[in-house]
Amino acid sequence: MDFGRISRRHLLQGSAALAVGSTLGVRGAAAAETTVGFIYVGSRDDYGYNQAHAQGAAALKKLPGIKVVEEEKVPETDAVEKTIESMINLDGATLLFPTSFGYYNPHVVKMAGKFPKMHFEHCGGLWTDKDPKNAGSYFGYIDEAQYISGIVAGYSTKSGKLGFVAAKPIPQVLRNINAFTLGARLANPKATTQVIFTGDWSMPVKEAEATNSLIDQGVDVLTCHVDGPKTMVENAARRGAMVCGYHVNQSPLAPKAYLTGAEWNWEALYPKFVKMITAGEAIPNFYRGGLKEEIVKVSPYGEMVSAEARKHADDVKAKFMSGEFAIFKGPLVDNKGKTVIAGGTDRGQQDPELEKMDYLVDGVIGATA
Amino acid sequence: MADASLGLWTVPLAVFGGAIRVSTPFLFVSLGECITERSGRINLGLEGTLVMGAMSAYGISYLSGSPWLGVLAAGITGALFGALHAGICSLPRVNDIAVGIALMLLGTGLAFFLGKPLIEPTAARLPAIDFGWWSDVPQLRAALRINVLFLIGVAIAPLLYWAFKATRWGLLIRTAGESADAARAMGHSVLLIRLRATMVGGFLAGIGGSFLSLFYPGSWNEGLSSGQGITAVALVIFARWDPMLCLWASLAFGGAAALGPALQSVGITSGYHLFNAAPYILTLAIMIITCSPKRTLTGAPAELSITR
Repeated sequence: MDFGRISRRHLLQGSAALAVGSTLGVRGAAAAETTVGFIYVGSRDDYGYNQAHAQGAAALKKLPGIKVVEEEKVPETDAVEKTIESMINLDGATLLFPTSFGYYNPHVVKMAGKFPKMHFEHCGGLWTDKDPKNAGSYFGYIDEAQYISGIVAGYSTKSGKLGFVAAKPIPQVLRNINAFTLGARLANPKATTQVIFTGDWSMPVKEAEATNSLIDQGVDVLTCHVDGPKTMVENAARRGAMVCGYHVNQSPLAPKAYLTGAEWNWEALYPKFVKMITAGEAIPNFYRGGLKEEIVKVSPYGEMVSAEARKHADDVKAKFMSGEFAIFKGPLVDNKGKTVIAGGTDRGQQDPELEKMDYLVDGVIGATA
Repeated sequence: MADASLGLWTVPLAVFGGAIRVSTPFLFVSLGECITERSGRINLGLEGTLVMGAMSAYGISYLSGSPWLGVLAAGITGALFGALHAGICSLPRVNDIAVGIALMLLGTGLAFFLGKPLIEPTAARLPAIDFGWWSDVPQLRAALRINVLFLIGVAIAPLLYWAFKATRWGLLIRTAGESADAARAMGHSVLLIRLRATMVGGFLAGIGGSFLSLFYPGSWNEGLSSGQGITAVALVIFARWDPMLCLWASLAFGGAAALGPALQSVGITSGYHLFNAAPYILTLAIMIITCSPKRTLTGAPAELSITR
């Protein structure tokens, strides 16, 4: 398939050289329309990470004058460079969204250097000032939404035991586990979060086993940070446990068990990006934010969420919206008894120290290694 | 659910529950492969068959609303893949292992392609039978919610053992596997026997796939099998081509798969990657302990291309 794409591309370049006039004619006619390319690492209807981006792409499709091209299951290798080249050369894309974390270095950086007139918006927050200016990397502080989920979970649990099915102990995942736990302890100071690492982003059988083991331990509210939360949500609901979702709204999968969830809000962000570009504004290369900036959101509460939980969660959400709230503030002790943030220190959402997180806070049962 | 926490007891319970929940695909694929290999042929393509079975079962269950129709469809898909393997291998000087690898890639690729629109919808699932009604312990009750396919698999193992030993069909398959010349001398077509054996093997592997997508974990996605089919093929060698040993080995692998998450859930968190690798370490250890340079594996059919 890759070879097919190369030869098609070369063929087009060849014919373009032969018939410059006609090609220019085609380009001229297409100029009224902006083509945006989306590249996903997995399947775009996975009820997870990729579906969240595809929902953002779907929001763009509704805008006038925007054409969206998409390619799924593009691995984080040279393959993404070929996809980018063919989207630019064959489809005429001028704005590209390579959405997977591992696409950025070296692939997106290389392509941004090769096509200086195109815009590249990568998801992951990896841009540094050494990288080309036409590339950008945005990211969302989804731990804010996890914190709200935690509050709701803290009120909803009867056993005081929460469960977290996680892929790998990397900073983004640990940050979500910690935020979820801190939120839960706001509601129920005795609540604990039991975490199970499956070892990889998509391990359905392990995720199902982890879900069952947690429930066997008395856990009655579960959430997760894996690529496709579908397995966890469905299996937990079958066992009668409640769930908080991740990436997108999974309530259609388990309407009776779904409390709330931490979702990406790409359908708000992407149209914003496109409007900035059409208005001639520059998108900041390093674009990030949380609930306030509408990059993440919280799923609508399920019907079993109590009025008390709703009120508390909404209050905290309002504080996030005003931008004055920090989740990680001292004194903060990890689950080994070590003080990780000294008393009096507030680590706000943009604090780079938080991106190096390698601890689990007090209240989490589990270890990073 | 809030009251009872069993503490460390959940580990053996999870291993027991895991043995029942996770072992079924291993069991079906290994029993199917056992039949195929006993007839003198290796079908490495069962990983592809398993994934195709999972996809077609999910698709048919979603479209028809009947999970049992899905199971049947998975079996038929598997049998067709088996027929394809056997058909290609009937040609002169074709290597069955190479064909198997090709079919493995074809099966997974085709399943991903055709299964694309099936990732999102939710299909009707197979029911479970509640064998834990007598118990007050919710964990035990959950572990004892057993699917009929598991019971069928458990019943097939001794049946197959008996069939190999005591029936005409069993004898024919074994003859084709031990000495093709002897089978020919008896006036039987070796190719036809192997075609049937491979088709039955594929049928069982397809049903194993339907368990993955329709019962546990219970939905179709592309990471569903994560190598369980190929593990099950290796398991047959591990089980010395004996259906009863296939049963025990499948249960052991299922239990071992549950060990990693279960240990983490009781707070034993160090080295979870090692516990997750438990089934593979187990295989390697047993292979090393039982191998010998002086003889071929005991129980290996003499016509198999790996032993010949």
